[in-house]
Amino acid sequence: MNRRGFLIALGLMLQALLFSPQMAGAETRAFVDAAGRKVEIPDNVHRVLAAGPPASVLLYALAPDKMVGWVREPSADEKAFIAAPYHDLPAYGRLTGKGNTANIEMVLKMKPDLIIDVGTVDATYVSLADRVQQQTGIPYILIDGSFAKTPDSLRTLGDLLGVKDKGEELAGYADATLKRVDAVAAAVPADKRPRVYYGRGPKGLETGLAGSINMEVLGAVGAANVAEAAGSGGLANVSLEQVLSWNPEVILTLDPNFQASVLHDPLWAGIAAVKQGRVYRAPTLPFGWFDSPPGVNRLIGVAWLTSVLYPDSHVDLRTETRDFYKRFYHVEVTDEQLDGLLAQSSAKP
Amino acid sequence: MSAGRPKAAALIRTAAPPVLLVVVVLISLVIGKYNVSARDIAAVIGAKLSGMPSGLPPTVETVIWNVRLPRVACGLFVGASLAAAGTVYQGLFRNPLVSPDILGVSAGASLGAVLGIFLSLPVLAIQGLAFAGGLAAVGLVYMIGAAVRGHDPILVLVLAGVAIGALLGASISLLKVLADPYNQLPAITFWLLGSLASVTRGDFLSVLPAMIVGLIPMVLLRWRVNLMTLDDQEARALGIETTRMRIILIAAATLMTAAAVSISGIIGWIGLLVPHVARVLVGPNFSRLLPASLLLGGGYLVAVDTLARSMAEIEVPLGILTAAIGAPFFIWLLMTTRRGWQ
Repeated sequence: MNRRGFLIALGLMLQALLFSPQMAGAETRAFVDAAGRKVEIPDNVHRVLAAGPPASVLLYALAPDKMVGWVREPSADEKAFIAAPYHDLPAYGRLTGKGNTANIEMVLKMKPDLIIDVGTVDATYVSLADRVQQQTGIPYILIDGSFAKTPDSLRTLGDLLGVKDKGEELAGYADATLKRVDAVAAAVPADKRPRVYYGRGPKGLETGLAGSINMEVLGAVGAANVAEAAGSGGLANVSLEQVLSWNPEVILTLDPNFQASVLHDPLWAGIAAVKQGRVYRAPTLPFGWFDSPPGVNRLIGVAWLTSVLYPDSHVDLRTETRDFYKRFYHVEVTDEQLDGLLAQSSAKP
Repeated sequence: MSAGRPKAAALIRTAAPPVLLVVVVLISLVIGKYNVSARDIAAVIGAKLSGMPSGLPPTVETVIWNVRLPRVACGLFVGASLAAAGTVYQGLFRNPLVSPDILGVSAGASLGAVLGIFLSLPVLAIQGLAFAGGLAAVGLVYMIGAAVRGHDPILVLVLAGVAIGALLGASISLLKVLADPYNQLPAITFWLLGSLASVTRGDFLSVLPAMIVGLIPMVLLRWRVNLMTLDDQEARALGIETTRMRIILIAAATLMTAAAVSISGIIGWIGLLVPHVARVLVGPNFSRLLPASLLLGGGYLVAVDTLARSMAEIEVPLGILTAAIGAPFFIWLLMTTRRGWQ
């Protein structure tokens, strides 16, 4: 084959690669995603790829049968809370965001009908979505992942994936949860709002500033993030002196080491939260209750946070947890598992 | 008359580092996020030293005695250690571009700490792994250097350091890719940028012995370090056992650097920049250069750390500040000074 013939053949192959999915898919419909991008989506979606962890959780809750895999392989501890056929799905890496680890060829090999990403919708994510869509020919949609929009995102995706009933059920649950917590928070006078510090990192001196996606649940339950005084943005380091001067009434963390040490650490002893033993660890299995990832998994975190911040609110956490895990994670949680899950989630004297 | 002037100038140059250091430390002690007065600070220190109660609220005592003093002390010793190690390395390698991380000590310490964070270990284990990682990396580099024959031994060491450093850097990147992006990755990133935000008195006391042990041979061998800047053959002709000297000094400088980065994370530029400034002030004689470097390094890091904790409500990572201040200053120094480093 001469060079010209080779180039033409190459061009044809590329064309086939780029345009075949649309041609092969029988019926499509136009969908306008959260960024206002108009995307052609097949009427019947069978295989969906989540671009990042929040999308993964949303997809797993709504339509686990349509998942092509996990962004990251669940650990053994996480697998215990993920329904049996799904926890062994393959892992393919993150497609967007910091630390893009997915291989485009691997994505193509998964043969998804649709790629979804849930989270921040901004120019960066729009251009990433456009690029991947162009490169693979697979429709790629963005869904607003902010916590207040949780019911919307459940409904939208449920409709899109042909699981409208499930979407409506979960959205109704989310609506009810948000409404209930609004009522609890509204009953707390503005000057009595719990002042909370969220300590991340091994020493607990990493925190989320105002507007950080990691802190959204805090606002939802009507608590004040003491680190808002330090400005807005994402995660930042603060000094212990700073935390001492904020003197939070409640400390939240994800790290069992930090939780265990802070209660006996003379350096932290002067802080109101430590004096009153109000240092709480959010459960993290199979997905974080407070953030990590910032997805629909945070809905159960709202119930938990309400129970620890407002002890008078009478939340039956065990029943709620069972119900939530059944609805969203498709598992029946045993008493033993519940004990383990909630073991360190409240403060110890 | 005319002979008095250079003498006075030399006196000022010699006196500048200790005076600057004292001023910086005093300023640093009174600046902070938690409002305490200079009198409170004096009262708490006085009370702790005399064993009497200070009569101040416990939180004020905690801030002064457990937070601010250890932080200033750590800044002082970390800065001094990095600068001293830099001075020794630059002399040993006869190269003014050498800094404490040239033999892979920073990369090794980073890998150790990142592994600790990746495995969700307690803080003490993370610091221990950082310390061990730094020492192990230099040990490995030295073994490679000893195994390679037929080349300039110093060149081999530097090249082995570059290679091992790159390998360790790749391992760090691998762990970053594998780490949980919502919890571990930010912690790793913050650690790699360096900070004194979370140092405690315990941290300070645990690394102090290593720093002192590292400093002792430098002080004892101060005259011979000068001779190490000569060619190996010339030095041997003067009766210096160059190989043994090199092992002892590299071990000492590595110990100090590893101890420093195990509690502070990676702080660049101090070990490269401070020896140059010290050399401009007091000249290349190691027995004068070492104390000047120690004092300037300590003072510089305390000053930068004060900036890091008072610029904004959040902590600005030290590694960012030392580079942002150090690099332009270094270039300015190169352009304006004529004094060679030898």
